[in-house]
Amino acid sequence: MRGAKIAVVVVYILFLMLPIYWLLNMSFKTTNEILGGFSWYPQEFTLDSYITIFTDPTWYNGYINSLTYVLMNTVISVSLALPAAYAFSRYRFMGDKHLFFWLLSNRMAPPAVFVLPFVELYSAMQLFDTPLAVALAHCLFNVPLAVWILEGFMSGVPREVDETAYIDGYSFPHFFVKIFMPLIAAGIGVTAFFCFMFSWVEMLLAKNLTSVAAKPIVAVMTRTASTAGYELGLLAAAGALTLIPGVIVIWFVRKHIAKGFALGRV
Amino acid sequence: MITKTVNQKAWFLVLPVLLIVALNAIIPLMTVVNYSLQDTFSPGVFFFEGTKWYREVLSSPRFHGALGRQFLYTGIILLIEIPLGVLVALAMPRKGPWVSVCLVLMALPLLIPWNVVGAMWNIFALPDIGLLGYGLNWLGFDYNYTQQPVAAWATVILMDVWHWTSLVVLLAYAGLSSIPDAYYQAAKIDGASSFAVFRYIQLPKMKRVLIIALLLRFMDSFMVYTEPFVLTGGGPGNSTTFLSIDLVKAAIGEFNLGIAAAMSILYFLMTLLVCWVFYTVMMRGEDT
Repeated sequence: MRGAKIAVVVVYILFLMLPIYWLLNMSFKTTNEILGGFSWYPQEFTLDSYITIFTDPTWYNGYINSLTYVLMNTVISVSLALPAAYAFSRYRFMGDKHLFFWLLSNRMAPPAVFVLPFVELYSAMQLFDTPLAVALAHCLFNVPLAVWILEGFMSGVPREVDETAYIDGYSFPHFFVKIFMPLIAAGIGVTAFFCFMFSWVEMLLAKNLTSVAAKPIVAVMTRTASTAGYELGLLAAAGALTLIPGVIVIWFVRKHIAKGFALGRV
Repeated sequence: MITKTVNQKAWFLVLPVLLIVALNAIIPLMTVVNYSLQDTFSPGVFFFEGTKWYREVLSSPRFHGALGRQFLYTGIILLIEIPLGVLVALAMPRKGPWVSVCLVLMALPLLIPWNVVGAMWNIFALPDIGLLGYGLNWLGFDYNYTQQPVAAWATVILMDVWHWTSLVVLLAYAGLSSIPDAYYQAAKIDGASSFAVFRYIQLPKMKRVLIIALLLRFMDSFMVYTEPFVLTGGGPGNSTTFLSIDLVKAAIGEFNLGIAAAMSILYFLMTLLVCWVFYTVMMRGEDT
């Protein structure tokens, strides 16, 4: 029984790691070696692909652009969602349930539906091809998600905490920042993680809302694939580098990840 | 459960969220509605067409095909990922240093940009230089996903299982770790079989998170675009052209705004309807 359980987990993790290993394997090969045939590990180990990426501004600017809008989006989403989630978790007000569903329904909106209108909207606002445009556009699905997760965590904090603070003479903003936010620090961390994650992995909107100046790494990669033939080694190295922010972020929230995935509602 | 007080001023706390989501949701949605009711011959000149595009979309075999493929895809994905995710979550160690390691490794695929996932599998599955394609052919299967629709389907589904099963695992695991040890001890004293433990202790405790998993997996697989597009480009032929891929093709590739907009609206309404059903079920579970 115990052995079977371990086997299930090990096999599953191996299955997850194989494609990642293949990506890393290719990133250390030259394109010629990749196209030359099948091999388990690099015969002529090379770091050329990585060196190209770190020395060519069109490549490394892609990473900078992506990280810029992802961080902007995370900050905007979390800071706007905090008061809203508090309202949903503590008060009843006119239309609250409908509003909550309407917010969530935007998490369900297929980005493909919005691509074209978004391009028009952000062009009209003169924001096209800026990181801010992508950051704002990603709010479409990240803000509702942030409200949803934070509301779960906030509902876990007893109401007496609020009442005691108000009796002690705290004003709402003072109470919120000084007392309430530290209490749900884990929740804020998890929410930031989710916003980071969904903004980092999205590509349809990010690609179509930018052209030159703010081109994200995901778009740089597709363009390289089509113009310079198939530079597979370079593509693999660029892909491998996109894993790093994810790994760093997971490491920070690893203790809370299970609870966070349940959106604080277990 | 917290008892809530009625306070209309709470609207002010919600206002910023409302504004930013409205900017992103209502204005673009109105644009789409506009397009879906009009035709244009030159920029800025529009004609009201009523429901023409809707009738055209609803009677076109192309839309039916994409819709059918979409439901088949989402159905298969849910049938594989939910049970597999529960199985892995049950097999995970409940405490100890390995828990963090497992969770971090499992969460990894979730944090890879979607087009990198597609590109990764595109190469991983190639028959000549990819591990999966090479391995399958070595084992004697005639496998080439760029030419065989069945192989393309299998690859797209395997990729989604690889990409998203961990989300179900993490959710189910969160549900499981909320079960107090005392429950298991009581079951042991009563001599309950491990199936009985699963059926009467673990499954009820996981119900809420499994509904969330189902909801998230439905929404995301129903709007899937990037991964299959990068992997197969919707091909061979149209065999893996799902709704989003077809939609982007119509809107950006062919610049067929009316058709694309009408499709968008229908697509959005369908997603909304299914999610409303899920949401109602979920909220009913919450009140009792």
